[in-house]
Amino acid sequence: MFDVAVIGGGVVGGLLLRKLSSYNLKVCLLEKENDVAMGQSKANSGIVHAGFDAKPNSLKAKFNVLGNKMMKGVAEELGVKYSNNGSLVVAFSEEEIETLKDLKQRGEQNGVDGLEIVYGDDLFALEPNLSKTAVAGLLARTGGIICPYELTISAIGNAMDNGAELFTNFEVVKIEKGDCYTLYSSNGEQISAKVVVNCAGAGSQKIANLVGDYSFEIGLRRGEYILLDKESGNFVSRTLFFTPTKKGKGILVSPTADGNLLLGPTADEVLENVTDTTKDGLESVMVKAKQMCDKVPLYNAITSFSGVRAYSDKHDFIIEESKQNKGFILVAGIESPGLTSAPAIAEYVVDELISKLLRLNKKEDFNPIRKPDYFFSRLSIEEKNEIIKANPSYGRIICRCEQITEGEIIRALTENPKASDLDGVKRRTRAGMGRCQGGFCQPYVAEIIAKVKGVSLGEITKKGKNSTLLVGKTK
Amino acid sequence: MRNCDIVIIGGGPAGLAAAVSAYDNGCKDILILERDDILGGILNQCIHNGFGLTRFKESMTGPEYAQRFITEVKNRNIPVKLNTTVLSLTNDKIVTAINDVDGVFQVKAKAVILAMGCRERSKGALNIAGARPAGIYSAGTAQKFVNCKGWLPGKNVVILGSGDIGLIMARRMTLEGAKVHAVCEIMPHSSGLKRNIVQCLNDFDIPLYLSHTITRIDGKDRVIGVEISQVDQNRRAIKGTEKYIKCDTVLFSVGLIPENELSKGAGVELSLGTKGAVVYQNRETSLSGVFACGNVLQVHDLVDFVSEESELAGKSASDYVLNGEKIKNSIDCQAKDGVSYVLPQKIDTLKSGDVTLYFRVKGVYKNCKVVVKDGENTLLSIKKRIVAPGEMERVILKEDKIKSLSSSVQVSVEVD
Repeated sequence: MFDVAVIGGGVVGGLLLRKLSSYNLKVCLLEKENDVAMGQSKANSGIVHAGFDAKPNSLKAKFNVLGNKMMKGVAEELGVKYSNNGSLVVAFSEEEIETLKDLKQRGEQNGVDGLEIVYGDDLFALEPNLSKTAVAGLLARTGGIICPYELTISAIGNAMDNGAELFTNFEVVKIEKGDCYTLYSSNGEQISAKVVVNCAGAGSQKIANLVGDYSFEIGLRRGEYILLDKESGNFVSRTLFFTPTKKGKGILVSPTADGNLLLGPTADEVLENVTDTTKDGLESVMVKAKQMCDKVPLYNAITSFSGVRAYSDKHDFIIEESKQNKGFILVAGIESPGLTSAPAIAEYVVDELISKLLRLNKKEDFNPIRKPDYFFSRLSIEEKNEIIKANPSYGRIICRCEQITEGEIIRALTENPKASDLDGVKRRTRAGMGRCQGGFCQPYVAEIIAKVKGVSLGEITKKGKNSTLLVGKTK
Repeated sequence: MRNCDIVIIGGGPAGLAAAVSAYDNGCKDILILERDDILGGILNQCIHNGFGLTRFKESMTGPEYAQRFITEVKNRNIPVKLNTTVLSLTNDKIVTAINDVDGVFQVKAKAVILAMGCRERSKGALNIAGARPAGIYSAGTAQKFVNCKGWLPGKNVVILGSGDIGLIMARRMTLEGAKVHAVCEIMPHSSGLKRNIVQCLNDFDIPLYLSHTITRIDGKDRVIGVEISQVDQNRRAIKGTEKYIKCDTVLFSVGLIPENELSKGAGVELSLGTKGAVVYQNRETSLSGVFACGNVLQVHDLVDFVSEESELAGKSASDYVLNGEKIKNSIDCQAKDGVSYVLPQKIDTLKSGDVTLYFRVKGVYKNCKVVVKDGENTLLSIKKRIVAPGEMERVILKEDKIKSLSSSVQVSVEVD
């Protein structure tokens, strides 16, 4: 019997699990895919929003501003790359400058510090590669960037190091309510828990329906992105947004925490959680990126992808106990600025909701620190040599583009939460994320996975299930 | 930090030939750094034949061709560090490398030869719509799996790009029992060698779709099909020409890119045409004492020419170390009408010897003339029945012409 079962291994569920693991509680995370961070937490913009966008007094505004302030500390503890690079909402007309003024006022009302509108030469001094048609920008100094899947994986790994349990390939298909909740997976497994937290993202409506809660509806919005080579990582310094208009927010042009340049996302309503990219979507990203920065080096694209974001019909976060189900907590509709808000949401759910259901005692030996999966290339020569002496596998570079060592790959396969396939290794270590996109390292990474797992190369998958890399031996 | 006369980055065909040549020209203190656990580079996975026809007048497999040079290196006891990746190169020729025995170490070189080869352009660079399931490989990755690991990546294959590796893999996969349903080429002409079109596609009845590209990839876990479309002159897909092909594997053979990250880090000037270093006829780059050869300099069609070029670079590096040879009088060498690049990009008119100009044309031209000019003065005019982008062209400028160059050398294609 678990005290708390969290459904959904995204960034919200992950940070919540970590928070719970700091108490003397038996907690677990249920994830339907074969790895964590497989939904919207692996394919979003990775922006730590300042908090000027959300409507004052909304949950979005509250948790955004709180989460923004917490993010640096969380990232440091978990060894996650984070940069306080600042953001800039760019205006291209007098009319849009008026919107910037409104945003600034709204931000101040939300408690955002350091907002300033810059004009003309000052604007181009900040961002020389902005199109010359830009006239002003709202500078938000507290804006930042973080790697969303790295944050999710690290939070869950840290929680597991502190005693939390992870069940992957556990798709909750039935929930029975008695003295506690019993959750059944599609494979016939079951676990029971006193408290259940629904952080299932795109699946959160389905999960709520399983306990007869029909209080909200989830819609899906797909965002397509194009990622550029690290050579273009310094093309802009800040995250550049278009001024929101009645037609929508437009796309962003931003460096990523890993040093690439990210363009996107589009925003298309979709009926299914399918992350295919489209010709029109990718074209519109290119067209808009060129509007923002006419010299954007599109020839440096190394990949394109999309993520499907879940939003609720309430158009604000839903963070509350289910009305008809005591001990069943809803954390749903966590659309943008959900990533930024996640650390604050996790605190709130524990401190304000779970504390009313369970007795919470701090774990004395809780260790909030996690060593990053990807770290070696940033060390000094002396530090590297010390590690290689103790473990020669750190002297073997496997991914040449990102300079990832065999030691890091083995670590990703053996430490919480263990990677089990090519994409899992990629998200933890960046092996295969560089300019050759795994062209060189893929066979080697596959061999290391096979060796560590003690299976044949033919069993290695890209992302679980039927995604095997190879179909059989040669003649 | 240890010192070394010549550090060669890369132990593939370019690095091996450069090492032997540098040694034979008098410089004996050489170190080859190779990231793989064997010498030979990409030749090790090229088990098809056809290598060495020009140089050795016999047809060899890739590993056989490599072995010729590995033996020469071994006979000379030239030191090699395997499993060693170079992390950086500075403009004062300090090489930082890593392996599991020495850890991270630095070597200060008098001369450096860049011989890192090239990499395949990835699918990601093309922004193709659709899913990202398993079953998408660059042709070279598939070749590695099949020829070195003994595993087949798929059974029903569509290949995008008619580069040589794509063509070779079309045949290879067929021989292994897979069905290659189509090779699509976005250009109206193939970018591979004519002999590979004949021997790898035509002989196996594999259809080549010119002016076609893949417009969507379908599948969730594993590829289940692709949509291909015809393209217009601007290489944009034409609506209404879509065709769906069921397959479990897509191979990409969409170009090779010289792997110049280390060169960039050192501040070596690169050419937009070749994506490799800008070099003089002795293969010296913009950084004095840093030389480049093989596919890191320009993507060759034949390894025979890689060896030839690398011997030149090896000799030049040796001359640089032993005699302190410097560039004296530089003039530019430019690609003009119909020509996409010319190498070398600079000529030192005071160096002795003939200069071979290597170039590629932009399209297929029939009954044309290759014209080399010095300013307004025509130096050479050579009739050609046909030239194509897939085949590298070369013309020789004699020493006496080099000595009298006054303006800049320009290479163009003229069609009557």
